[in-house]
Amino acid sequence: MSRLFTQVRAELQLVARNGEQLLLTLGIPVMLLVFFSLVDVLPTGTDDPIDFLAPGVLALAVMSTAMVSLGIATGFERTYLVLKRLGATPLGRGRLIAAKIVAVVVVEVVQFAVLVPVSYALGWSPDSPNWALALAAVLVGTVAFAGIGLTMAGRLRGEINLAAQNGLYLVLLLLGGMVVPFDKLPSVLRSVALGLPSGALADVLREALTGMGERPATSWLVLAAWAVVSPLVARRLFRFH
Amino acid sequence: MTAQGDAVVSVEGLSVRYGDLVAVRDVSFTAAAGSVTAVLGPNGAGKTSTIEVCEGFRRATSGTVRVLGLDPAVDQARLSERMGVMLQDGGPYPSARVRDTVRHYCRLYERGVDPDALVQQVGLAERARSTYRRLSGGEKQRLSLALALAAKPEVAFLDEPTSGVDVHGRDTIRAIIRTLAAEGCAVVLATHELDEAERLADRVVIFDKGEVIADGTLDELRRGHDEIRFRSSPDIDLLAMAASIGFVVSRVGTDEYVVDAPPHPRLMAQLAGWLGDHGHPLHDVRAGAQRLEDVFRRLTSPDVSAEQDGAT
Repeated sequence: MSRLFTQVRAELQLVARNGEQLLLTLGIPVMLLVFFSLVDVLPTGTDDPIDFLAPGVLALAVMSTAMVSLGIATGFERTYLVLKRLGATPLGRGRLIAAKIVAVVVVEVVQFAVLVPVSYALGWSPDSPNWALALAAVLVGTVAFAGIGLTMAGRLRGEINLAAQNGLYLVLLLLGGMVVPFDKLPSVLRSVALGLPSGALADVLREALTGMGERPATSWLVLAAWAVVSPLVARRLFRFH
Repeated sequence: MTAQGDAVVSVEGLSVRYGDLVAVRDVSFTAAAGSVTAVLGPNGAGKTSTIEVCEGFRRATSGTVRVLGLDPAVDQARLSERMGVMLQDGGPYPSARVRDTVRHYCRLYERGVDPDALVQQVGLAERARSTYRRLSGGEKQRLSLALALAAKPEVAFLDEPTSGVDVHGRDTIRAIIRTLAAEGCAVVLATHELDEAERLADRVVIFDKGEVIADGTLDELRRGHDEIRFRSSPDIDLLAMAASIGFVVSRVGTDEYVVDAPPHPRLMAQLAGWLGDHGHPLHDVRAGAQRLEDVFRRLTSPDVSAEQDGAT
């Protein structure tokens, strides 16, 4: 247990020391939330943009941390043989992965502790939000995105992984119903978007928090499928060194 | 704890294949507690694959490997608590500070090693607040060594520990390795630096083309290979000199020569006399057993030997 705690602390120290990761996990979600809720330029289809944006940006925060931040950091750790060296300590691979998962969850808690009050401060006032369901969606989404991030991190070289993770982040952000509603996308893109983990997470979060989900049952199935398949693929393809 | 002299690393009939490529073929050797075993060989000779099997990073295709009586492929978790590992490159988090990294590893090993003392021991006290990525090559090596020492190891696998390290840093690292062995640790040292192996090793295992081609103490490997080595002008007539002294003379550098013969005083006098008679200087005379570098050249690459210009 103490070794796990030691590793969690190391992971969190590295996140806190890494400005790019802080920008990605906190800076960008807060900026998107504040900017697009104050500047009404997005076709959100709601009276107040914050009603659409808040659940979407929470989904974005999960994706930023569980996929991009975790994936980029792990990719570089693999390239710099950090994972290999830690694999030769009593920490072991199991506790190393567990520590990364705990660190991701801790960062997500911090993100929510910032983003939810900011959303309320910007005028968000959902009627009877189902936070328990939202929490379940966040956990399932975290598993799905972590599987995708680790699959890429475990196969691609550090710099290529960095570029690929950022590129995928942008695609999933734009097609994921996070800041642009699905019904504003061209029909071909819309059908693709609804099958993406980002679209599914944004949709189930929106349903849980505001009751404005587009097709929540299908989105739950899509999200659950990603949460099962992507860790299995990561387990099969990941190379520690 | 293993007793001094006990075989801590035991490799028997080890083979490692990567698809059709046989990287290691039927290799056997041992490394004992309280000694330094140097694993030498050209690039691609199979030493890294062999050591990675011993560390538990890689699976053997066939053969038996035991480290501290454990099978690294099965018992890496238990083995890692007693094993120090120094990778040739990388290992620490690039953005982590030296002191934080050493503290982190000391906590992971839970062997009661004082991280501040360890930082001091490897000579990085003044760089304790620097991040790994800001360290010089030699400082990175010393930090990697500190991480291996955090295990208070009974067996340590050190890959090129003095590569890129300055003279003073090398002295520090050599002293640490000697102390480690003196305390009973079995140190397995993979290196290209033959001088390093010559200074530190109690036993040498030489790999070539995936096989062990020599295994023994330095004295055993050098035995029967005496020579006289000297420097002189670059235009010596080797045939004439060899005819005069009655032994093979080889040019091994622009102005460096080797006579393959025991350094008998009469032969030394003949050699000096011939050089003097022909107006050539005599510098840096070294007589006796071959250097490890020459043993290595003799045993490994025929290409290198062919480059030598010899005459009788």
